[in-house]
This record gives sequence, structure tokens and C-alpha cells, in this order.
Amino acid sequence: MSLLDYFRISKAGTASLAKERLQILVAHERSSRNQPSYLPQLQKELLEVIRKYVNVEQDAISVNFEQDENQETLELNIVLPDYHARNT
Amino acid sequence: MARIIVVTSGKGGVGKTTTSAAIAMGLAKKGHKTAVIDFDVGLRNLDLIMGCERRVVYDFVNVINGEASLNQALIRDKNCNLLYILPASQTRDKDALSQEGVGKILEELSKDFKYIVCDSPAGIEKGAHLAMYFADDAFVVTNPEVSSVRDSDRMLGILASKSRRAEQNEEPIKEYLLLSRYSPDRVKLGEMLSVDDVQEILSLHLLGVIPESKSVLNASNSGTPVILDEKSDAGQAYADIVARYLGEDKPHRFIDEKKGLFGKFFGSK
Repeated sequence: MSLLDYFRISKAGTASLAKERLQILVAHERSSRNQPSYLPQLQKELLEVIRKYVNVEQDAISVNFEQDENQETLELNIVLPDYHARNT
Repeated sequence: MARIIVVTSGKGGVGKTTTSAAIAMGLAKKGHKTAVIDFDVGLRNLDLIMGCERRVVYDFVNVINGEASLNQALIRDKNCNLLYILPASQTRDKDALSQEGVGKILEELSKDFKYIVCDSPAGIEKGAHLAMYFADDAFVVTNPEVSSVRDSDRMLGILASKSRRAEQNEEPIKEYLLLSRYSPDRVKLGEMLSVDDVQEILSLHLLGVIPESKSVLNASNSGTPVILDEKSDAGQAYADIVARYLGEDKPHRFIDEKKGLFGKFFGSK
């Protein structure tokens, strides 16, 4: 493999890298675009309430808002730590 | 009734004004009475690209404020008598535009014109919002580059939720992708996002690819829309875009590398 080929291959990576990064970013931004504006605040307050009783991590809660033609669904997912949950 | 087209992108410098000038000229050349409006209050440039900067007397804001009539403010293009330019105000700040005022002007223009092309400023502030608010069709100008693609996607979200059509639950704005500054050579080398990549990410109907071309700077230097440079690749790309928009069946060009003699004689590089 010549030096030129090496450069060619390393460059070949950048467009596909761009595509990959964009796909992830755009998917993320699209999903948050349709969410109601109160969602981050809701997530924060829920976390505070749950933490009064269970010692959970910051990222132990996920709040998902989904929308289709017929209904809007608010999905709340809390992962409890199995060890601490019993001891607090 | 006129059809209102917004030329938008979110990101600056991708070719909105170049595109607005080219497609407005293209539509007029095809025999449709067309008006092109600069929404970039405070940073107007459409007049310069159209080569009518010395003929601006009244502007968009003057008409909204009732200081001039629409007929006084509209500038007839020197190359095509079916094309009129409504320049933006250079001196006022961007709050000078109001939704009500813009709506009134578009309604008045609609009586007389077949197409109204709204050249949006960059960003998602008031000027950009008003440029797209009343639109029927959106030409989303995108460069094959990460920040431009991302901003275009953001703009698509705004078109789908904040436009008049969205607010009034009408049929949504028709969105078209115009991929500009495209270099097939660099795509082949894997250095640039391909047209398929961009389409896959944005899932938009492709109206045309405009290749990176020296003719664009030449055109803006001389104040003639690049579509009038019929020998240039960018000029032909815009002519194809206008034809496709009007329903003609034109195969896509400028997606593959230039090759052989044809490229050597007619290529821009």
C-alpha cells in the first residue's frame, strides 16, 4: 500500500463519519423537538421526589414522550439499584 | 393566486440569495410573472446579486409602513420584464417587519404575480420566521457539510410546526432539497457527504444538485443571476431545478464526476 493509498483511506473515513454523527444527532434532535416543553422540568422534579425514598443515580430515570396519530404517551422508566433499594 | 416559495436553510452562506435570484429569474424566463423579496432587513444583498442595487428607492419596510406603494417599491428586472424585486430595508432593524404587514403585502402581490420567492435571512429569528410563515413551498438549500445539514433539519422542524399552514391545520408546506456547492470528485474520495447521504438523513425530495462552481462568484461579481450563464454548470443546474419544479421530467445531473472531453471543454475547473 502506497502512502497515497493510506491518505485516501483515512480521508474516506471522514464523510462516513460525518454521516454517522449526523444520523445520531438528527435523530436525537428530532425526538426532542416534538416533546412538550415541560419535560425536562418534570424529569428533574420526579428525580427529586424519588430520591427522597430511593438512592438512585441521576440517569436512572428516563422520561419519554411519544406521539402518534391517536394518542400521546408519557413513559416513565426508573431503574432501581437492586442492592441499595433494599437498604435505604 | 400566487404560489409562495421560501428559500431557506437556517445556516448562513450556503447559497440562499444565489438560489433565490436564480430560481426567480428562471421562473420569470419561463413566462411566469414572478416577484422576489429580500427578507434580510439590515443586511440586504439580493439587490446586489440581481444587479439592481443602484435602482433601490423604496423598500419592503417602506411599503409595510405605508410610506410607499408596492408599485413604487418593486424594481423591474433589467434582463426580464416578468421579474420584479422587492428589496429589504438596509437601515431599519429586523423588528421593522410584522406578520400582519408581511401578510398584507404577500396578499396584494398574490393578485398580480404567479410566483413569489421569499429570500430568507440566515438563522431562525424574526426575518427567517416571516419569510417562511406564509409559504406554500420551501426550497431548503443545504451544503454537503455537517452544520448545514443539521441546521436544515432544524429548519424543517420549524416549517412543520410554526408556519401558517401548520397553525391552521392546512396541507403542510411542500419541502424540497437543493444541495449546493457539491463536489462529485470529493464525494468519490469519501471526503464529502454524498447526495444520497444527505437525502437519507433529511428524507427530503431532491429538486436538484448545484455543483461547486466558479460561475457563481462570476455571476455575483457582475450582478447577474447565475441561471443566465447558460453555459455554466451551476446555471444549468438551476435551470433544471426550475424545470423540475414546474413539473418537467429532467434527469439529475452534476452528481457524478465530470469525465472525458466534455468535462475538459465545458467543466468549470
